[in-house]
Amino acid sequence: MTANASPLIELAGIHKSYNLGMPNEAEVLHGVSFAVGRGEFVALIGPSGSGKSTLLNVVGLLERLTAGSYRIQGEETSGLDDAGLTLRRRAVLGFVFQFHHLLPAFSALENVTLPALMREGRVTPAQHERARAMLAAVGLENDMHKRPGELSGGMQQRVAIARALVLEPPLVLADEPTGNLDRASSDEVFVLMRRMHAELQTSFLVVTHDPRLAARCDRVIELVDGSIESDRPATAVRE
Amino acid sequence: MLNWLGFERRVAVRFLREGRMQTVLIIVGVAAGVAVVAYISALITGLQRNTLEKTLGAQAHVTVSALDNVVLPARAPLAGSSALVQTQPRVQRPRSIANWQSLVPVLEAMPAVAAVSPMVSGAGLAQRGEASKSIALMGVDLDRYDRIVHLRSKVVQGEARLGPGEGIIGRELAEDLGVRVGDRISLVTGTITDSLRVTALVDLGVRELNRRTVIVPLRAAQSLVGLPGGATGLDLALVDVWVAQSLASDLSRRFPYKIESWQEANSQLVSALNAQSVSTALIRGVVMVVVVLGIASVLVVSVVQKQREIGILRAIGATRGQMLRVFLLQGAIVGAFGSTLGVLLAVGLIKAFTTFVRGSDGLPLFAITLAPSLALSVAGIATVCGVLAAVAPARRAAALDPAQAIRM
Ligand SMILES: Nc1ncnc2c1ncn2[C@@H]1O[C@H](COP(=O)(O)OP(=O)(O)O)[C@@H](O)[C@H]1O
Ligand SMILES: [Mg+2]
Repeated sequence: MTANASPLIELAGIHKSYNLGMPNEAEVLHGVSFAVGRGEFVALIGPSGSGKSTLLNVVGLLERLTAGSYRIQGEETSGLDDAGLTLRRRAVLGFVFQFHHLLPAFSALENVTLPALMREGRVTPAQHERARAMLAAVGLENDMHKRPGELSGGMQQRVAIARALVLEPPLVLADEPTGNLDRASSDEVFVLMRRMHAELQTSFLVVTHDPRLAARCDRVIELVDGSIESDRPATAVRE
Repeated sequence: MLNWLGFERRVAVRFLREGRMQTVLIIVGVAAGVAVVAYISALITGLQRNTLEKTLGAQAHVTVSALDNVVLPARAPLAGSSALVQTQPRVQRPRSIANWQSLVPVLEAMPAVAAVSPMVSGAGLAQRGEASKSIALMGVDLDRYDRIVHLRSKVVQGEARLGPGEGIIGRELAEDLGVRVGDRISLVTGTITDSLRVTALVDLGVRELNRRTVIVPLRAAQSLVGLPGGATGLDLALVDVWVAQSLASDLSRRFPYKIESWQEANSQLVSALNAQSVSTALIRGVVMVVVVLGIASVLVVSVVQKQREIGILRAIGATRGQMLRVFLLQGAIVGAFGSTLGVLLAVGLIKAFTTFVRGSDGLPLFAITLAPSLALSVAGIATVCGVLAAVAPARRAAALDPAQAIRM
């Protein structure tokens, strides 16, 4: 664990309900608390419907929490407006999703330069170089000008990882990044994430179904029915 | 400035290109709308200008004549009592404008007035041999009158001259009487008979006028009509035809004469032109609404189709404002492309009109051109319409919940 005073992210007593105030109101997260430190590689596991995606979306500032406190780098986020949330997303987060991760109308390289483009309205030559280097690092130097539709699932996911990491955010959130891939590709993608983690010291919070992959993370948080069932080092899970 | 809206521009253009058929169709739709509006506007402008030129080229912009004779009761009613009086309008005889000689320089000195021409008009008969035709007699000073109706340009035979004993007559009248340039005809009004030599035949643009008009020197008309030294009317040409109305009412207040603008003299034409303008405006309005609805509906569909992409963009850091502008920009681009295409189409239509639609003489009916200012304003309005049409879809895109969009 980090010795740092304020962890990268810190959630305390998070409740999340959908359809608040309506007959079909349902609480999905029932008081979830955990923190992720800088440079940690954390797996989030749990049965389908247990609230993993919901939790990840809360962490990703895509979903507002109903109750509780969520601090990023010590700053409380629950009072922020949409613009504030967007700014924090830009500054802190990278996303990798299971499906539909890329913009189909843009080439792999353009997808990777999008984050820079939307921040500054243009892509500097240095940023272009950086994007190419990222794509090369994920093994796609020969496919950068292809559209996502022309790439395999594993390749698409590698582009998504390159895009999530290109601006070197402190935290990358991945929702079942290998859930849609065959075993070989999913190993490849996972190895890639670990390598990026080692190179860039980026923190990862990865939702996965696959116990094999969870065991290769540093720490495993298990969510069951919207509550944390266990939170321990992966070594303990392996035993 | 290079990166102004760089992200929005890139994404908007990509989204539109991705939409292929939709985009093409809506651009063609906008183009069709813009072409219709531009073409109709040019057509109506040309038509109206032509009509006005024809009308105003053949008549005075403002006419001054003597007030109608009014019948006054023989005995004024006693104070405090009222009387039922029956009056019968008098037969109106040609009457001279009092003091017209001193009025002419006053009118000429007005900056709005380009020319003043005194005239004596009356009715009579033109005779040659057995043939006899009723005519409208006009006595004028040729040079002055020419500045009002450009008479010299309407000469179809001979050379316009109005020396003593000379006259100019309408083309059809010449046919009816069987006279040619150089021939003599007799004019009869009441008890007086005069004879004149025809120096020119004119085409005044209206057959009925050509069949009745005889133009003689002012002095000859004065004696034929029985108004020595008089003038029954003053014709005014103005620098700007559109001030005729206000000038006429201004003059009416200042002078005891009957003063009529060309608008009053052609009230039917004026109301027809107004009706035409209103219809054009209506058509434009309807086309604009259709264009706006067309663009809006395509963009609404596009927002729904692109929910996922919008969600991804929002998740990786696009602001609501950026998503809003991506769609507003799509509206603007569609509007701009569509209107450029539409203006080109309108130019083609106008070319086709002037090439294929010809009068019986094989000449184009009238000149219609698409003024650059009109083209620009139509294109500008269409682009603004594009942006307006995009407002609702863009707001929808901006308000989209990214988490929801990603889950789909
Ligand atoms: N937008 C939503 N509205 C209502 N219920 C939702 C919504 N999103 C998720 N849920 C519900 O929340 C629960 C947790 O879903 P989710 O977080 O996707 O679980 P997981 O990712 O672990 O499979 C499920 O029961 C799901 O039906
Ligand atoms: Mg899930």
